[in-house]
Amino acid sequence: MSVPVDPTRPFIISVNNLHTGFGEISVHEKLDLNIQKGKVVALIGGSGSGKTTLLRTIIMLVQPVAGSIRLFGQEIVGISDTDAFNLRRRFGMLFQHGALFSSLTVRENIVLPLREHTLLSSHQIIEIADLKIALAGLPADVGDKWPRELSGGMLKRAALARALALDPKLLFLDEPTAGLDPVSAGAFDELIIQLKESLGLTVVMVTHDLDTLWQVTDMVAFLAERRVICYAPIQELVKIEHPLVQDYFKGPRGRGLTAENRPRAE
Amino acid sequence: MGAKITEFECATIRLDSKQYHYCSGNWTIGGIDRLDLYLKSIEWPSGPLNLDCSRISAIDTTGALFLLNLVTELRRRNSTFVCLIGLRSEYHTLLEFVEERCRVSGSPKRTPTSSGLLEKFGRKIIFHLNSCLAFLTFVGKITSALSFLMLHPKQFRWSELLSNIETAGVYALPMIAMLSFMMGVVIAYQGGQQLYIYGANIFIVELISLTMLRELAPLITAISVAGRTGSAYTAQIGTMHVTEEVDALCTIGIPPIDLLVLPKLLALTVSLPLLTVFADAISVFGGMVMAKILLSVNFSDFLERLPKVVTLTSFLLGLEKALVFAVIISLVGCYQGFQVRGGADSVGRQTTLSVVQSIFLVVAADALFSVIVGGAGL
Repeated sequence: MSVPVDPTRPFIISVNNLHTGFGEISVHEKLDLNIQKGKVVALIGGSGSGKTTLLRTIIMLVQPVAGSIRLFGQEIVGISDTDAFNLRRRFGMLFQHGALFSSLTVRENIVLPLREHTLLSSHQIIEIADLKIALAGLPADVGDKWPRELSGGMLKRAALARALALDPKLLFLDEPTAGLDPVSAGAFDELIIQLKESLGLTVVMVTHDLDTLWQVTDMVAFLAERRVICYAPIQELVKIEHPLVQDYFKGPRGRGLTAENRPRAE
Repeated sequence: MGAKITEFECATIRLDSKQYHYCSGNWTIGGIDRLDLYLKSIEWPSGPLNLDCSRISAIDTTGALFLLNLVTELRRRNSTFVCLIGLRSEYHTLLEFVEERCRVSGSPKRTPTSSGLLEKFGRKIIFHLNSCLAFLTFVGKITSALSFLMLHPKQFRWSELLSNIETAGVYALPMIAMLSFMMGVVIAYQGGQQLYIYGANIFIVELISLTMLRELAPLITAISVAGRTGSAYTAQIGTMHVTEEVDALCTIGIPPIDLLVLPKLLALTVSLPLLTVFADAISVFGGMVMAKILLSVNFSDFLERLPKVVTLTSFLLGLEKALVFAVIISLVGCYQGFQVRGGADSVGRQTTLSVVQSIFLVVAADALFSVIVGGAGL
């Protein structure tokens, strides 16, 4: 059942002794987290435990106070602007509410990073953008639509298409299934598994969705007390006798979702 | 990692024997930008074709798309058999995945976006007619809400009114003071030089007081308030529309017009005339300062002559204008706020429209006033 840590796989992200905070408030202290290539990792924890802040620190939106973060083997604390620019094209980020630019159509949203980072002709770029729309599981005519015309599930897929624009090997997802109906959420989980397997992606996500945890993830990092208190596959995590972990899974919503009645769907 | 970049090999297609083409290099988004050049230089044979893919060192979805497109294109052009050989199994899976996804998604219909001149003209006209109709509907709604309010004055939101007067009126005082003082100085300076030539220094009083009270003070105040407050009205209502706060108001049972429009409309109809009186005073003071410096007209002489030349009509005319301007600015500002559809870009567009339209209408109304007043001989 458990996914063993494969010593031959290199770490694509390694966070060591990370401290972050906003003014007087400390969010993380002495946080360590190593993520292997090709894994789907979820960050979970109660509200305010710093999941999203950790994600935003790794993608260089938040400056850490101290510590080290290595992304693709490169240190990002104190990174130069050029290096950061080059690193940014190697990962994609799906924001919680999509963050599609409302003044651009879906296709133009995907074209934007391609124009910024490649020298391809506009004909080629449009072809690639249409491919990404297809990869995200959207019908082709969505490309000409405006973000405001899309439903919640389609908006998430369109945002995913933009995150995939530059064929990143590393994908960050902030609450990918939040606000979706069970069918759309399930289909989105399915899509992430498919992309991971076909494209060899490493996925790091923040989620509260217990179904996603069981269906999609290889490893789960539980954030509490300003650090990662355990990092294990979900099947093992639910058995850990830590009061905070137990509280998280033993609530009325978590109780029905034990390993016995929710086998991994694959 | 650094060594890898120096060894980076672009995607290429080369020919090594008559029937044998091989692909090599990185068929990734970073490596395919020169692929077109290679493709153009190749003369494809007409018979069946083998594409050797064993030398491809990396491939991603973009590379897969280009490879698939190439195969489709060759098959279509030569209507022969194209075979991919030596493709690694994981690359093959990727190719199949991309192919399957593209098939499911279908090809986008490219609708012609450009339309004829006549069609554009027609669409524009219909759009503007609809806008006029929508604006009239909006004015109608406000009128009915106002008449309801007159029958039930207790339901009016006084605190909203007062806070709107504070933001639109009180906080605008420093800016209006600055602007109108400078306006008084400039008019006195420009006009004063001409008067000095004829020795008609004392007529600076007429020049300043009449231009300022009748024309410039109301106009300057209205234009700056349109930029300052009208735009804020549009942006606030528009953003509330985007974040569904307007819908929330409806659900709670508060008509958005009652809470968002009427207090703003009434607040501006109170504050803009008051601001105009303030601007009158400050601009005349600016003119007085300049008259003393430039034309040696003392403050006492100036103030003694002032009530003799300025009739009550001139002063009231300025106030009436301000009242009309206030209605225009708040109506246009609120109306444009409700016209916001979609997201951030729409808020920006409607805010710009709101300022442009309200300034245009203010100036047009001012011209109309001049015609009417001229006709009535005031």
